[in-house]
Amino acid sequence: MRAIRQFWKNNGAGYLFLAPWLIGLICLTAFPMGFSLYLSFTQFDLLTAPKWVGLLNFTEMFHDRKYWASVAVTLKYVLIGVPLSLSFALAIALMLNRGIRGLRFYRAVYYVPSLFGGSVAIGLLWRQLFGGDGLVNSFLQVFGIPGKNWIATPSTAIYTLIVLTIWQFGSSMVIFLAGLKQIPTDLYESARIDGAGKWRQFRSVTFPLLTPIVFFNLIMQVIHAFQAFTPAYVVSGGSGGPLNSTLFYTLYLYQKGFTQFSMGYASAMAWVLLVVIAFVTSLLFLSSRKWVFYQE
Amino acid sequence: MASIRPQRLLLHLLIVAGCLIMVYPLLWMLASSFKPNTQIFANTSLIPQAFTLENYRIGWRGLSGNTFGRFFLNTFLLVALNIAGTLISCSMAAYAFGRLQFALKKMWFAVMLLTMMLPFHVVVIPQYIMFNWLGWINTYLPLTVPKFFGVEAFFIFLIVQFIRSLPQELDQAAKIDGCGPAKMYVHLILPLTLPALATAAIFTFIWTWNDFFSQLLYLSDIKRYTVALALRMFTDSSGDSAWGALFAMSILSLVPVFAMFIFFQKYLIEGIAAGGVKG
Repeated sequence: MRAIRQFWKNNGAGYLFLAPWLIGLICLTAFPMGFSLYLSFTQFDLLTAPKWVGLLNFTEMFHDRKYWASVAVTLKYVLIGVPLSLSFALAIALMLNRGIRGLRFYRAVYYVPSLFGGSVAIGLLWRQLFGGDGLVNSFLQVFGIPGKNWIATPSTAIYTLIVLTIWQFGSSMVIFLAGLKQIPTDLYESARIDGAGKWRQFRSVTFPLLTPIVFFNLIMQVIHAFQAFTPAYVVSGGSGGPLNSTLFYTLYLYQKGFTQFSMGYASAMAWVLLVVIAFVTSLLFLSSRKWVFYQE
Repeated sequence: MASIRPQRLLLHLLIVAGCLIMVYPLLWMLASSFKPNTQIFANTSLIPQAFTLENYRIGWRGLSGNTFGRFFLNTFLLVALNIAGTLISCSMAAYAFGRLQFALKKMWFAVMLLTMMLPFHVVVIPQYIMFNWLGWINTYLPLTVPKFFGVEAFFIFLIVQFIRSLPQELDQAAKIDGCGPAKMYVHLILPLTLPALATAAIFTFIWTWNDFFSQLLYLSDIKRYTVALALRMFTDSSGDSAWGALFAMSILSLVPVFAMFIFFQKYLIEGIAAGGVKG
């Protein structure tokens, strides 16, 4: 009794304030995670009781061509979209960081697309822009280049979505800009005295000091890109078409879980996604020892 | 103005050109929303030749007798509830992490950071099953109740960072004056963390407004539709024939988020920068 009272005296207030989050952690995160792990070994349609099937969902996944199509689409999106969007973010941040007048205005303009990026309205706009008689083709016509319906063509549909994610580089750019401002100017001065040119200054001063921020942006963007959903859903009308060319992993998961009600299969897919993201993130963390430079 | 170096000028030109490419699609959508339907396609101009408000009138009528006014109100209601829930639960947890001592604090903090990286999809199916079992499907409860339990760990982290930067002397003084943890939270910490709370509120506004996935899952009755769902439904019901009305409503759907940005740019930009630089 005394021990309890003593524990309460030392920890009570802390746990009281932590309580809402802790309840959420248990009921909305920890328990659901366990539950979905269990479901991934069952067949469940929401109406009848889950039926234990062992590893069936996972072997089925392995032979499911549509599943592999969704993996390929998502990997393409991550591997092309993230590096390009980070490169743009860094390039524009460097340009804006050179004492340009009107910085605040330009920064705002470049940031606005990422403010709207994931919304349905932008998905609809994209459908028009890259459609058969869309804006992109009108421009191409000016240069005499024959256009096509970029969204209805299986080989190009995914690239319209990659362009959409690159278009939203503004949030990473803002983070880069904040990082650039923290680099002490005397470092550049001494580099200049040593006779370092612009490129050399970037290679030896700017980039090394910016690597922690490159790393942070990389992690956030990769995690984010793996989970992209709305643009593909809106642009393809929920189908992931044409010919599964925009079938993002999460879109297939949604179709499996919530239109076909194969909730066991969808749970298995979700766990594979979690494992892949965890794996990729830890790989990035491991690699960061080699290239991320932390100042003392 | 004695010498404008050509390099400098080129840089400026590049930046302006980039800006134009970035905002052109948005401006074009804005212009198209004022063009008659026949003039939208194959028309790259940003100035409508024949200005009309017809698209807005048609679009506003909405879906099966529910105007967009209703969808906007629904979304604002969701946003208000989510902001309240997020601010209360996240500031409480952040106060505990930032100022109070308790057993296993370091472990819980690490767990909290981990949940920030957790893909939502791992919990969405069991959550759906739970909410279905509670009879919450087709209500706003699955979309709002979780926010009262600090599910947006990013904001906890943001506020913790802010609380840690506050001077400890204030706490000491308050403690000597006989302030308990609850009083300290209400009278000292909350007022001082207002900037961080503002950032959290603005992001919650934008994220809720732009959210689509969970609204798509949980809301099926048109009366309860949010703007995002209504827009999506609108394309299905009218096909690609009514781009004008669609663009008009799309523009309206972007206005609240844009307004938040214009009025609270400082908090937004600082919030993003703080998350990146300190994290």
